Amino acid sequence: MFAQFVFALREAGVPASITEYLTLLGAMQQGVADYSVEDFYFLSRATLVKDERHLDRFDRVFGQVFRGLEATAAEGAPGGPEMRDLPTEWLRRMAEKHLTAEERAQVEALGGFDKLMETLRKRLAEQQGRHQGGSKWIGTAGTSPFGAYGYNPEGVRIGQEGSRHRRAVKVWDKREFRDLDDGVELGTRNIKLALRRLRRFARQGAATELDMPGTIRATAHNAGSLDLKMVPERHNAVKVLLFLDVGGSMDDHVRASEELFSAARSEFKHLAFYYFHNCPYERVWQHNHRRRDDTIPTEQVIRTYGPDYRAIFVGDATMSPYEIAAPGGSVEHWNDEAGAAWMTRLLGQWRRSAWLNPVPRAEWDGAHSIAMVRRLMEDRMYPLTPGGLDEMIRELGR
Amino acid sequence: MSGFKSTERYIASRDLEVAVNAAVALQRPLLVKGEPGTGKTVLAQEVAAALGYPLVEWHVKSTTKAQQGLYEYDAVSRLRDSQLGDPKVADIANYIVRGKLWDAFDADEPQVVLIDEIDKADIEFPNDLLLELDRMQFFVYETRRTVAAKHRPVVIITSNNEKELPDAFLRRCFFHYIRFPDRATMERIVEAHYPGLQHELAREALNVFFQVREVPGLKKKPATSELLDWLKLLMIEDLPPEALRSREPHLVIPPLHGALLKNEQDVHLFERLAFLNRRGA
Repeated sequence: MFAQFVFALREAGVPASITEYLTLLGAMQQGVADYSVEDFYFLSRATLVKDERHLDRFDRVFGQVFRGLEATAAEGAPGGPEMRDLPTEWLRRMAEKHLTAEERAQVEALGGFDKLMETLRKRLAEQQGRHQGGSKWIGTAGTSPFGAYGYNPEGVRIGQEGSRHRRAVKVWDKREFRDLDDGVELGTRNIKLALRRLRRFARQGAATELDMPGTIRATAHNAGSLDLKMVPERHNAVKVLLFLDVGGSMDDHVRASEELFSAARSEFKHLAFYYFHNCPYERVWQHNHRRRDDTIPTEQVIRTYGPDYRAIFVGDATMSPYEIAAPGGSVEHWNDEAGAAWMTRLLGQWRRSAWLNPVPRAEWDGAHSIAMVRRLMEDRMYPLTPGGLDEMIRELGR
Repeated sequence: MSGFKSTERYIASRDLEVAVNAAVALQRPLLVKGEPGTGKTVLAQEVAAALGYPLVEWHVKSTTKAQQGLYEYDAVSRLRDSQLGDPKVADIANYIVRGKLWDAFDADEPQVVLIDEIDKADIEFPNDLLLELDRMQFFVYETRRTVAAKHRPVVIITSNNEKELPDAFLRRCFFHYIRFPDRATMERIVEAHYPGLQHELAREALNVFFQVREVPGLKKKPATSELLDWLKLLMIEDLPPEALRSREPHLVIPPLHGALLKNEQDVHLFERLAFLNRRGA
């Protein structure tokens, strides 16, 4: 009955399984949802979503799949006149679309904003009544790029909110869980989530243990009466070396990443910070306000920290390609050797390394320098989001 | 069906009610997540009260093993007894110590079991309870006996999100994420806890409270339980509502802030902001 819904969820990246689907049907049978759409929403959410990061995706899919059904149920025969107020609604939606680059890219897929708008105008002129289903006209539940709750990913959502039915906004349309999605950048809450991941990586092998050989030896010494011996808990020995890009576009991101890693300090017994600008060269520094007179030769850093350290670079890697490829390319000083040479040297010392990039992954292809750094890092570049951190930690934990 | 509803003491949102009732109807565990202090643990007590079942609480710590919830074989006492020649030694059942789940399974009436803060335990902990929570039974190796639940208990599991829980475990649960209550809900919660509270004081306190939560960069945002503690303090101190009203629209350190801000960095942040405000004014 709701199989299509489950498939749509899986497509959107919510890992719902058959077990959960059956549970949902079981609960429906027991009358938990009581035939109210809102209760059904709550019930299916409790059954199919098991991680708050997926709640937002769930809300979106729920809206897409069930809005069409509800509209049909509520109105019976398709109506007509309410289509007239679409353009304003649509324009407002369009403005919303301009909020994220991701959605901008989606508009581009149809030949750009202007093209889309023009096409919509044309279709509006041609189209007379309300339309549902189908692949061309504006309406609900179709595959045309225009209309609500259709299947065209590039579609413009028209009339998705409750105004057509003169009702309040639906719960799932409020999308209150938006900030829990793991595609978003690190906020204070998300930092906590990311920290948890670092901890998992840091806690490997920690346990309070009974020292069996010691106990047996001591018990034997005691003529057979029991003498328990314990060994101390093994501590986390993960060593982390952090290189942070500062200045320019990085300022906001550094604060976020510093917050993250200074909070992680208690977890990592060995954690060291160094700063660089755009690309590491022959000198790095530890205090930003004294960076002019208190720099440390990169050579010395390489000598100080052994290969058992894991090196994490945090930077947007957005610069002129010369800053990586050519001697003298640095924007701040004359460098005898190219940034790439220094990167290679650093990566030679710390095999387990990764680059965290606060720039969203979708935009990486836009900058040539990002591609260059990625190549240098042998593709170990991850976005600075909880999801990206997770990937990085998996890579570093190997 | 009747089931679980908001009570005078516990304000549950509709989605929470649905989740609890689904878990009760299908006899599956309910996993509850949310910010600390939003009433996850209290939920179990309220569900127990609403259904009229006794509550078995199992608080998980970092050293807790799944086995401890079922039973433990106390080999050390048995060894000692054997050295002292105690006749009890012959029967191994004398050294099986029952865990919380065994107690709940063995009870003559249905129980509500709270497994509190499951994320504190080792990463394998939830996996070790898969079968037990699914079938509500387990096998005692030492005595070759299967313990099955006489009545499937209502299991409520809370998590503070410190560890990711395994998929296989999640698939068997219902899930609810307790969102931080909005202002209207918060007013109901305050009313539920302190019915006699002056209207004026409650309003001012909520203003301050939501203002504090808005401050960017707080390490630990105060949650519902902090608000309730703070209100209690305000009532004991008998502060007039005017004391909470800041003279300027800017922010000042609220009186008795110790109940709201739980670490010194946050208090410092506040002092710094208040100082800047004063200087700016």
